[in-house]
Amino acid sequence: MLGRSANAIFWMFRYLERAENLARLLDTGFRMALTRDHLTAEEEWRSVIETAGMRDGYQEQNATYAGIQVWNYILRDRDNPNSIRSLIGAVRSNARSARNTITTEVWEAVNESYLQLNDLLSRPVTQAGLADAISTVKRESTLVRGAMDGSMLRNDIYNFARIGSFIERADNTARILDVKYYVLLPSLSYVGSSLDNVQWETILRSLGAERAYRWLNAGQLDARGIADFLVLDGRFPRSLRFCYAKIRSNLHSLALQYGEEVHSHEVMRNADLKLQDKDIDVVIEMGLHEFLSDFIVTNNRIAAAIEADYRFSD
Amino acid sequence: MSPTYTSTFDEMHTAEGAVRSAYEGYCSWYDEQDASGLHRKHREAEAFFRRTGITFNVYGQDEAEERLIPFDPVPRIITAHEWRRLSKGIEQRVRALNAFLHDLYHRQEILRAGRVPEWLLKGNPAFLPHMSGFTPPGGVYTHITGIDLVRTGPNDFHVLEDNARTPSGVSYMLENRETMMAMFPELFTRVKVAPVSNYPRRLARSLAACAPPATKGRPVVAVLTPGIYNSAYYEHAFLADQMGAELVESSDLRVVDGRVQMRTTRGFTPVDVLYRRVDDDFLDPLTFNPESMLGVPGIMDVYRAGGITIANAPGTGIADDKALYSFMPEIVEFYTGEKPLLPNVETYRCMEEDGLKYVLDNIEELVVKEVHGSGGYGMLIGPTSSKREIAKFVRKLKANPQNYIAQPTLSLSTVPILTRKGLAPRHVDLRPFVLMSPNGIEITPGGLTRVALKRGSLVVNSSQGGGTKDSWVLEE
Repeated sequence: MLGRSANAIFWMFRYLERAENLARLLDTGFRMALTRDHLTAEEEWRSVIETAGMRDGYQEQNATYAGIQVWNYILRDRDNPNSIRSLIGAVRSNARSARNTITTEVWEAVNESYLQLNDLLSRPVTQAGLADAISTVKRESTLVRGAMDGSMLRNDIYNFARIGSFIERADNTARILDVKYYVLLPSLSYVGSSLDNVQWETILRSLGAERAYRWLNAGQLDARGIADFLVLDGRFPRSLRFCYAKIRSNLHSLALQYGEEVHSHEVMRNADLKLQDKDIDVVIEMGLHEFLSDFIVTNNRIAAAIEADYRFSD
Repeated sequence: MSPTYTSTFDEMHTAEGAVRSAYEGYCSWYDEQDASGLHRKHREAEAFFRRTGITFNVYGQDEAEERLIPFDPVPRIITAHEWRRLSKGIEQRVRALNAFLHDLYHRQEILRAGRVPEWLLKGNPAFLPHMSGFTPPGGVYTHITGIDLVRTGPNDFHVLEDNARTPSGVSYMLENRETMMAMFPELFTRVKVAPVSNYPRRLARSLAACAPPATKGRPVVAVLTPGIYNSAYYEHAFLADQMGAELVESSDLRVVDGRVQMRTTRGFTPVDVLYRRVDDDFLDPLTFNPESMLGVPGIMDVYRAGGITIANAPGTGIADDKALYSFMPEIVEFYTGEKPLLPNVETYRCMEEDGLKYVLDNIEELVVKEVHGSGGYGMLIGPTSSKREIAKFVRKLKANPQNYIAQPTLSLSTVPILTRKGLAPRHVDLRPFVLMSPNGIEITPGGLTRVALKRGSLVVNSSQGGGTKDSWVLEE
């Protein structure tokens, strides 16, 4: 396949993943804000912007953190390159530019999602419309993934799509955990102590993990357990461990198809082995923030190595 | 040759209101349908087009806006007998065009014989001196041609234009049929229609048959597109997908080791046949427009050395010239030794003194076109223009007469479209698509029917609000 197409597909799935994670983040913010007084609600929305990594852009336009401003900025602001509207536009544009590498089913799922969301987001989203907007984003993303699963050949194209999804997902999980955990835990002495349960839940909810976590831990909420689950539990599909197992498996398929391993495979293998060796108590002791910052840097390095090895650009 | 019909020829109904034989099967089905069901299907078709992204971008608009070409669900139907006659005429014309292009870029016998004047080539940007003395692989210039036909009577088809530069619209021929079959499956069990769906396969085979000498193994075919903002991008992607070919852009291609190669995830791989949807001028910045970002620097050298096939061949666009068109009867006769089976529309050349005088004296009755224009831009339709518009056009015409030709306003045939008030006749044309390779000429039965949606309008171009219809050739 063309390097340019590999690039388009890889980023298409990164953007799609990012849009879905933003929707989940908004969902969490919204639920939290509903149960708070006015001031704490603003605090919650500020944290959403922070977690989404949009502070600078947001502050250029807004002085306060009113909910309606925040969700409209994240959902539909055209000047925000990471707004869901911008991301969905980029997903479609990438799909169009690599149209002959994806099946009609995938293309139609992307195009329909785009048309529906673009229409939905062409007007400001009110409080009454927010839940619908959020669930539409999640549904459309699921639709595209499903079309992908059911119709695509398991070849290089599929593998680049999957690698893009999991690189982005790992990055997002690490960022959400980092920001939320950091906000929640100003000092290490809080680890292990019982905090506001609702606050803890925001981390899990932002990653769609609250049900899975509860199911595995019989309702026990503590910082260590949550960090362990989101970083190291290979059963949870948004954990760092899970994402890396998937990327390795997709890179392995690529190596089988192409008949050779290249540099990025080694970079990935090393990163994964390092992650597998981790013990959550040691990670927390050494500093979760430091660990996550390192992780994000390494994750970017893996993506860059793949992009270079497979000639995504000239 | 000029049409003398006082009333318009409707392809479905006779002047007395009887159904013509081509439409008997369709009309008996139509009579059983209820109007609301048809309108519902029509809306579904629009939704289908929107969902599949069958859109085009309109030139000259600020934002690259994607539009749907309106689709009308009433098919345009041609009998097997009519089609046999048409396809013979089309084949003759394409054969002549190809022979003419070869001659033009070699011995120029036709100029020496005085059948076509030399002024046609002088200063004509579509004529490429770089092609002189070079024979493209397989001797094929016009791999893909679209011949625009108009009908004025039961047996009167005329060629209105030849499109050999980069004929577009074939994706609509294919998608319109798919849509009709999805909307009205039972109709196709009642009326036997010649299939069109094998066009992409034939195209792939036809292009592969023109592979250059440097080809090793199975020829690698790629479609070159200017990119996603091009008005016909949908079609480029569609054809690449249907052929199983790569869809490449300028940035994917580079000359490496004397071949044009594409950058894949595993390195550079040679392209053998490039179906380019980029105009000559942009093909090679080293040879043509140095500002071009759409082409491949050095591709012309590779081409001349037998390293790649370019389809259609560079320099083919001169066949689209409307002044040259006026000589097509002579051209067909010169190369085939036969009278043209398909007549031209009578054409006056403003470049010639007599022609210009006639055009100026009769401009209210004529259609005046730019010789290099396309897409219905830059033309004047005398009978429907105001005095002011005509006066303005006459000034342009007088300032630069060699830039114009004129034709009588033809009474194009009509085919009904579905309107809120039932069927209503609208003017149509027909663009069949023709493939050429060393193995012969293949014409897909049918083509693209364009229809003017406004009552009485003669402009069928999609860029000017025209729509399309599925085009049926009946099987015997």
